[in-house]
Amino acid sequence: MKEKIFNIVPDATIEEKGGILFVTVPQVSFHDLALRLRKDTDFQFDFLVCMTGMDWGETLGVIYHLRSTVSGKEIVLRTETANRANPELVSVSDIWATANLNEREVFGFFGIRFINHPDMRRLFLRNDWVGYPLRKDYDADEQINPVRLDSESSPDATQTLELTASGEVEEKENVIFEDDEYVVNIGPQHPATHGVLRFRVALEGEIVKKVDVNCGYIHRGIEKMCESLTYPQTLALTDRLDYLSAHINRHALCMCIEEAMGLEIPERAKYIRTIMDELTRIASHLLFWSTFCMDLGALTAFFYGFRDREKILDMFEETCGGRLIQNYNCIGGVMADIHPNLIRRIKDFIRYLPPMLKEYHGVFTGNIIARQRMQNIGILSLEDAISYGVTGPSGRASGWKCDVRKLHPYGVYDHVDFKEITYNHGDTFNRYMVRMEEITESLHILEQLIDQIPEGDYAVKTKPIIKLPEGQFYKSVEAARGEFGVYIESHGDKFPYRVKFRSPGLPLISVVDLLASHNKIADLITIGGSLDYVVPDIDR
Amino acid sequence: MFDFAVVTEWVDAMLCRLLPESWVTTTEFVLVGICLLIAYAVMALGLIYAERKVCAFFQCRLGPNRVGPYGIIQTVTDMIKMLIKEIIEINHVDRFLFNLAPYIVIIASLLAFSCIPFAKGLEIIDFNVGIFFLIAASSIGIVGILLAGWASNNKFSLIGAMRSGAQMISYELSIGLSILTMVVLTGSMQLSTIVESQADGWFIFKGHLPAFVAFVIYLIAGTAETNRGPFDLPEAESELTAGYHTEYSGMHFGFFYVAEFVNMFIVAAVATTLFWGGWMPLHIPGWEAFNRIMDYIPSIFWFLGKSAVMVFIIMWFKWTFPRLRIDQLLTLEWKYLLPINLCNLFLMVFVVVFKLHF
Repeated sequence: MKEKIFNIVPDATIEEKGGILFVTVPQVSFHDLALRLRKDTDFQFDFLVCMTGMDWGETLGVIYHLRSTVSGKEIVLRTETANRANPELVSVSDIWATANLNEREVFGFFGIRFINHPDMRRLFLRNDWVGYPLRKDYDADEQINPVRLDSESSPDATQTLELTASGEVEEKENVIFEDDEYVVNIGPQHPATHGVLRFRVALEGEIVKKVDVNCGYIHRGIEKMCESLTYPQTLALTDRLDYLSAHINRHALCMCIEEAMGLEIPERAKYIRTIMDELTRIASHLLFWSTFCMDLGALTAFFYGFRDREKILDMFEETCGGRLIQNYNCIGGVMADIHPNLIRRIKDFIRYLPPMLKEYHGVFTGNIIARQRMQNIGILSLEDAISYGVTGPSGRASGWKCDVRKLHPYGVYDHVDFKEITYNHGDTFNRYMVRMEEITESLHILEQLIDQIPEGDYAVKTKPIIKLPEGQFYKSVEAARGEFGVYIESHGDKFPYRVKFRSPGLPLISVVDLLASHNKIADLITIGGSLDYVVPDIDR
Repeated sequence: MFDFAVVTEWVDAMLCRLLPESWVTTTEFVLVGICLLIAYAVMALGLIYAERKVCAFFQCRLGPNRVGPYGIIQTVTDMIKMLIKEIIEINHVDRFLFNLAPYIVIIASLLAFSCIPFAKGLEIIDFNVGIFFLIAASSIGIVGILLAGWASNNKFSLIGAMRSGAQMISYELSIGLSILTMVVLTGSMQLSTIVESQADGWFIFKGHLPAFVAFVIYLIAGTAETNRGPFDLPEAESELTAGYHTEYSGMHFGFFYVAEFVNMFIVAAVATTLFWGGWMPLHIPGWEAFNRIMDYIPSIFWFLGKSAVMVFIIMWFKWTFPRLRIDQLLTLEWKYLLPINLCNLFLMVFVVVFKLHF
């Protein structure tokens, strides 16, 4: 593979670490290489896992983590520009659709403008924000960016940079909404957006013509905060990303740090982490079921789901102290040993839930109205799912085998036997059914693990100050909504140089426009509910 | 069986003795108006309380249980809160139409409410086209809803009002046709005659198949007509936040809220009157002793009891089914209910002409 890349780009530098190639490419030939990596039959890197904007002091750049869904191979690309005043890179949003929103994020935080990107707006920040917050020389003075009390107008047109045939860059205007379109704001305060997310929806009567996603209402700059915190301190922030899979997120960061340190954690801790992961997943999917039914107007179902989720939260409370945000994983294991009641309670729960699931199906799944609302609505094809990077249950509903638990088993997932639920049609009903069946699978996993927890330590002692060796580290886990990845670049300090979280939510909202256009308003809500995004995870 | 006409005639005679004739009519108007308003308000409070409790039990909750025993004072306090709340003035609305809309809705509901025969001798207006007047009066409400949505100058409200318009006009057809089916069976549009002719058996039994079909269609269409779940699209809170009444506050919102609940009762009351014998007690031919015991139960309890069962069924719908989408809603009406209804009307004519009913 090395040679093939050298054939395409002779002046690339390639390193190999742990079987993964790290390719540094000059920006002029970057787009060609990206296109070849995507299209050529011996590469087929069709999944852009993670895209990280970087500031290396001298240069600004982007790191792309690519994966092939055919061969499972991975590669890391890196490109940079030395022009800090007016940095420009070439967009890859025409190759991987998921790059669209990610490049807008990088533009907002690093000021890198992407040539040929159709919509160069900031994704999270206000339009009048001064400076680029994730650059190392950013001035965080409150006088420069005070808390603005005026509301921001939303422009109906955006800028785009196009590369002309003569090789020059030309600025053009790209219209999002025409003047005579009936544009309705759904959100940021709306019951069905599940948080402070805002859709600008162009309507024609009841039919949705276009959806424009506006994020950033709950952006807290967690990635920036991590850069000034020590490694153990960064852990607390991961729980606040996707708060419904708080435990799983933290698991990812812990594993990434442990792997970088070369720390082996005790078997007991692995079992506890996996059990807690699965409980979190069940709780999250139960909440999905409740809120999805509520979105469709079945209010009673909402209470049934919450009643049963409460049982899991009680277990968390007993062992971890926290209910929503468990704060339980730590570097080297878990914070405390499990509560003596936990095993009994989980066993009770494994017996309790299946009859309830049967009731859920009776109340909602079998209902003719619910079926008609879900079937053949918002079909996401397999190609689109991969191109947009829609992982997790939503991706599996389109037939994409993307379960990280199967691809790169972590924890004790290699000791247990479970099915990866996939459907082929990719409509709302499939997305719903994947989650419902995953609850059963998770119960099955718990059943296998609960009697096997080995005796021993629940954590290894670590030094109070942890320093990671210099390098780049990426680790991902299967969160309740898809692949949650952590990318850490360390320069050998006790603080990370750069932390990037690959959120499963961002790809989910990027497909809303694709799925909801030409459907009814009610379908927009159904599709949004079935994708099951969590806004703090998108906004980070 | 106790006849309420005794009471009303006694009041009339007493007033005639005390006052000149022209004053008697005026006083009686005022008295009837006051009684009606009180009955309306009490009915609304009772229904809201019932809805909360029924909903709570469906959802494994307790419902209101703090204010008064079993929380029965809760809705009263809520009403007081609603009455003393500020009615917020909103910029950029058509002020006249905006303020007019809730009154149109409540007046339409009140007019329809006044037609219902509550008990033997307890009816306000009883004339030969009573049921026709009831349909006509109740469908004025849609004007208020459209006005509310339009005058609010809010995009969500407008979508809600448009949905509501499409929905209520469509389902009015089904309601009208299923009522017409029963009018064919009775041969009268006068509400008292309709009830009286069910003395020897309720229409749901007498009219067998066509009456039963008409009842089912009426119940579906009636639920849709009152904008209740699973047909609550105009105010689908997960889509349109609150639909046409998003911008209303204080008692103006209260009017929409109360009208929705009482409309539900009106639908249930009309179903009771047309299909389940109105205030007529249950009589089983040949069981003389049983029939006499049934006669001891006052007619108003029969009426309210039957209506309560209907109301419970409508609430049951709401707390069980997910919401339909607008195209599914219109498909249900125009492609299923309307053709079935027309066939059913024809069947009923056939049944009546050949005297196949009991």
